[in-house]
Amino acid sequence: MYLYDAIDREFLTDRSNEFRHQVARRLAGELTEDQFKPLRLMNGLYLQLHAYMLRIAIPYGSLNSRQVRRLAWIGRTYDKGYGHFTTRQNLQFHWIKLKDVPDILDAMAEVDLHAIQTSGNCIRNVTADPYAGATAEEIDDPRVWSEVLRQWSTLHPEFSFLPRKFKIAVTGALTDRAAVKTHDIGLFLRKGRDDQIGFEVVAGGGQGRTPYIAQTVRSYLPAEHLLSYVEAILRVYNRHGRRDNIYKARIKILVAALGIEEFTRQVEEEWGKISAERADLPAAELDRIRAAFAQPRFETLPDVSEAFEAARAASPALQRFVRNNVKPHKVPGYAIVEVSLKAIGQTPGDATADQLDVVADLGERYSLDDIRVTHAQNLVLPHVKLDDLPAVHAALEAAGLATANIDLASDIIACPGLDYCALANARAIPIAQDIARKFADPDRAEKVGELKIKISGCINACGHHHVAHIGILGVDKKGEEFYQLSLGGSGAEDASIGKILGPGLSADKVAPAIDALVEAYLHIRTGEERFLDTYRRVGLEPFKEAVYAQAD
Amino acid sequence: MPKLIKLTGDPSGKDFGAEWAEDGFVHVGDDDALPEGDVILSLARFQAEGEILLSNSRRVGVRVEPDQEVEALAYDLPRLSVVALAFPKYRDGRAYTSARLLRERLGFTGQVRAVGDVLQEQAGFMVRCGFDAFEPADGATPEAWTKAAHRFRHVYQRAADHRRVAFEERAV
Repeated sequence: MYLYDAIDREFLTDRSNEFRHQVARRLAGELTEDQFKPLRLMNGLYLQLHAYMLRIAIPYGSLNSRQVRRLAWIGRTYDKGYGHFTTRQNLQFHWIKLKDVPDILDAMAEVDLHAIQTSGNCIRNVTADPYAGATAEEIDDPRVWSEVLRQWSTLHPEFSFLPRKFKIAVTGALTDRAAVKTHDIGLFLRKGRDDQIGFEVVAGGGQGRTPYIAQTVRSYLPAEHLLSYVEAILRVYNRHGRRDNIYKARIKILVAALGIEEFTRQVEEEWGKISAERADLPAAELDRIRAAFAQPRFETLPDVSEAFEAARAASPALQRFVRNNVKPHKVPGYAIVEVSLKAIGQTPGDATADQLDVVADLGERYSLDDIRVTHAQNLVLPHVKLDDLPAVHAALEAAGLATANIDLASDIIACPGLDYCALANARAIPIAQDIARKFADPDRAEKVGELKIKISGCINACGHHHVAHIGILGVDKKGEEFYQLSLGGSGAEDASIGKILGPGLSADKVAPAIDALVEAYLHIRTGEERFLDTYRRVGLEPFKEAVYAQAD
Repeated sequence: MPKLIKLTGDPSGKDFGAEWAEDGFVHVGDDDALPEGDVILSLARFQAEGEILLSNSRRVGVRVEPDQEVEALAYDLPRLSVVALAFPKYRDGRAYTSARLLRERLGFTGQVRAVGDVLQEQAGFMVRCGFDAFEPADGATPEAWTKAAHRFRHVYQRAADHRRVAFEERAV
């Protein structure tokens, strides 16, 4: 993985000193909250319902064990002993005191972590496929390009006061595990003629109150021109994106208003005027960054591990874990292990400090010191030997981290909702817990199969409800929490926006409604159809019938 | 009391600094009578009256709003002394693009001045984009401005200031 050099470290020190100075001015009363707000937001510090929330950047969701241990320590020392992983592959602490923040930033900087650009109208933390460098389907390693973008976008002088926040995601695989098409810019690595590497560039995706799936701006961009092309897109957006209405300020609105052809024309025209020599990254620096992601020294192992085969034959729990949480690795004898942060009844995405320490130990000992965060709020140990799977599973189980439910109904994405967030209209966490309990029986959950349920506590859609197989949106109706269900969304390679099922439901009716939807699906599915496939075949009607007939 | 901060030295060099400067220019509204001396006009007024003004031996500057394109001045730039880029709100980041285009694309060598909601927190970004004069709205001093502009020892991307970028430092 990419290790910071002296330059990166001095940069973080300067940032931390700057913020220490600003916090001191605030605590001394020299800055009002109004003046301080934009400054703290530039460091990921939000004022929420009960306390300050600090959002820590995890560039492309990639961590080493030292970093994870430090996050655990911060959770224990400055928070209530846990942290919350987000759909941007970041980590949030929800119970932070302002006076502690400079010390926390220093503690993070010691392990190359920071909170830069985790809020504000700037280029946010770049996200990527959490299986990068481990999956066989990869054309190129998206972390290389994510790191290129991380550095380039850090305190970018021209693009730090955009009309609105700006999110970029990168994947090198055909299976989209980074919700790339829901981003302001999405980058799909593609192989061009002569085996050269390039990107399909998509733009204008987004969620919030007007969801859009990103459209293709360029089907093939030679990879070395990434920065000049992204600069062209951002310049067109910075100049022409709306600034009169916060809800119409994202690039998706500009793309939709201009139409993709005209938007593309403007981008290409601007790109033609940019000096590629000045704007693109020099080859030597690209090589330096690429070298940081060179394939680690994997052992030469047989395809089949006898120790593992014997263990799983003897353990139905391990067998189930392997069926749901273990994915194929590109190297024989290795596997990708997903660590679910969705134990039944738990807050989706929360991890205790003790659990983080366990994951850090496992990552260090069994996964080449490499740990990933997924946008679905789970963790990944990307390089585990099959021989070690029984030990890893046992350790996860002891820490309450072995729930075998990846992509199943209880693997719910949920924003913090009204339990924490100042923007929320409704709670998301208790709804997620109620639904998960309906699928606590693992046999039933597996019988239902892949089902992506996502919950947002308000229209800002941090819980990705628009792109859920079953989306749940919390709304406030005359002081009461109501939940609007939508079906048929997807944030993956078959991206689509869900359609609203019908009138909103009160909180106690949501879990029974999900149950009814699932029962209807089980009744009408054919063959290997996932819930999403069945919906796409039969449409809303049978599901509507199932929920509202039951509600009456 | 002058209220204009001007950069001194080279933003990419050790002699970089800022100082108070006498502002010889008067901002002239569209309906104001033209005073004697050096003036800064709106783009519309410049387009209407600029030709005459430029010919009567005074210095002329143009104020460009964020929704106006600096490209409109392309042919006049060699004769302009100042382009004042407006920040109606500090969050409005369009003038950063305008400044870079003036410096890097249109080759403007006169003064690029930040006017409006100009705060020291923006100093680093502004200097990097090619601004070299500032009318601060927050009472910032040249000392505070210099400090804010060079708070970071390293930068990660090329811009109008020609500072050495992290990848160039690494290549040495």
